[in-house]
Amino acid sequence: MTFDQILFYVFSFWFIASSLAMIFSRNAAKAVLFLILSFFSAASIWILLEAEFLAITLILVYVGAVMVLFLFVIKMLNIDKSTLRAKFAGYLPLGLLVAAIIIAEMTLVLGGNQFGLDVIAAPARHAADYSNITVLAMQLYTTYIYPFELAAVLLLIAIIAAITLVHRNESTRKKQSISEQVSVQAKDRMRLVSIASPKKENK
Amino acid sequence: MMVLWQSFVELVHELMPWYDGSIATILIILIKAIALVMPLMLVVAYFTYAERKVIGYMQLRIGPNRVGPKGWLQPIADALKLMTKEIIFPTKANIYLFLLAPILAIAPAIAVWAVIPFDEGIYVANLDISLLYVLAIGSIGVYGIILAGWASNSKYPLLGALRSASLLVSYEIVIGFALVTVVMIAGSVNLNDIVMAQKGGILHWYWIPLFPMMIIFFISALVETNRAPFDVVEGESEIVGGTHVEYSGMTFAVFFLAEYANMILMAVLAVIMFFGGWHSPFEGIPFMESMFAWVPGIIWLLAKTTFFMFLYLWIRATFPRFRYDQIMRLSWKVFLPWTIAWIFVVALMTQLKIGPWF
Repeated sequence: MTFDQILFYVFSFWFIASSLAMIFSRNAAKAVLFLILSFFSAASIWILLEAEFLAITLILVYVGAVMVLFLFVIKMLNIDKSTLRAKFAGYLPLGLLVAAIIIAEMTLVLGGNQFGLDVIAAPARHAADYSNITVLAMQLYTTYIYPFELAAVLLLIAIIAAITLVHRNESTRKKQSISEQVSVQAKDRMRLVSIASPKKENK
Repeated sequence: MMVLWQSFVELVHELMPWYDGSIATILIILIKAIALVMPLMLVVAYFTYAERKVIGYMQLRIGPNRVGPKGWLQPIADALKLMTKEIIFPTKANIYLFLLAPILAIAPAIAVWAVIPFDEGIYVANLDISLLYVLAIGSIGVYGIILAGWASNSKYPLLGALRSASLLVSYEIVIGFALVTVVMIAGSVNLNDIVMAQKGGILHWYWIPLFPMMIIFFISALVETNRAPFDVVEGESEIVGGTHVEYSGMTFAVFFLAEYANMILMAVLAVIMFFGGWHSPFEGIPFMESMFAWVPGIIWLLAKTTFFMFLYLWIRATFPRFRYDQIMRLSWKVFLPWTIAWIFVVALMTQLKIGPWF
């Protein structure tokens, strides 16, 4: 076994173990942490495949931003476990059916006979000065420029849709005007009243 | 010595027959890492001393002056105190996550330093995507704070963690966009190449074409490292001590180390991105260049970094704390439009080849 293979098996083990732990952990925050670990293992495997850019992007986008928001939301939620358990039995048959279909599909597509060195040859190792990001950029901005821009437009539409969703009831919404807040003077907020001091009667 | 080394290498090959590379490579990386981390920790320790001294003088006080001559041993005394202090675990805290949080804070703060170039050819790793590596690993540090807030099972840490999560996610976008302009001019995401592209004197550094980006980057760095005037994550007067409330002794010290290591990292990044990294400011000036030719590049890098580190302290002593919603507004409504607009400005400048930068 070469060093690469040992690394591959170590990362794969962590990938599978953390994914399973994510599914089986009862605590939502812990599940997110296991998901982060599985993202890291996936990124490490991609680095072994010399796809550094993809690996770093996975960490930057999913671990650095998406999962932070996940944790953020989980902290805000107050998950009641008893109601979850009550509904569990009702959904069980449907869930099992869906799981069976997914497992069947995945074995067809990702089964052992689709992979292996005799089906797909091992990718050739590149020299140390091989720049993954340059090659990727050349492909993305020349050959695949239209799909790339379509994806960008799709994301833009998603952003605009999300903003429109929260921007309803424009007239009744309470807003604060920052320029008003900044330019406020002491006399706008505070009124100095001079009150005649009462005479000292009993000495 | 050589015989000892040879037998060591043979032993390693015998124990690990699958290892086909040279064991020396791993050892050299290890030595490099230690040579980087030890001075870093020392700088962090003395940065806290400098902070107390500088802010002391700015507020017409003397600052620490009791331990050792002129207080020089103060950071050592602080470290000893924190190490010997008891670590208190809150009863209802999640112990594993409670202990994992400081580790998750310090590990990325140190790991990021692997790709920082200190001089031509002086680095631990020369990654092709080192800038993305810095951003990616740097963004993991937030988990330390979020988990600290969550695992403490206490209300003020949770509030601090919520603030931290939303702030970091918003300001990472700003920092990303600000650094995209640098990448557009330099044409590379390798930190070495970015510094090499700024060769040729102070006018060739990127702070001139990217002046607004430099300001935005530095202010965002203040937010990312939870520094005053944006230190709402700790915010003593509002939420007691934020995420650190339940931490004591060494667990608190580790958070402290991570925060300061991140501050120094942001200062170094500002120098590498906008102030020519290890290049001398006198390059291209007739007499000055030869006069200062003997100064090694690392000295210039450290001198520039020290200035930015001083700026942190200066700003802390000068400005009152921002209101939380105003920090959010600053990110989304002021900085983000500015950075996106400047990307178009830079695109135009690169196409029209304005100035010595392109």
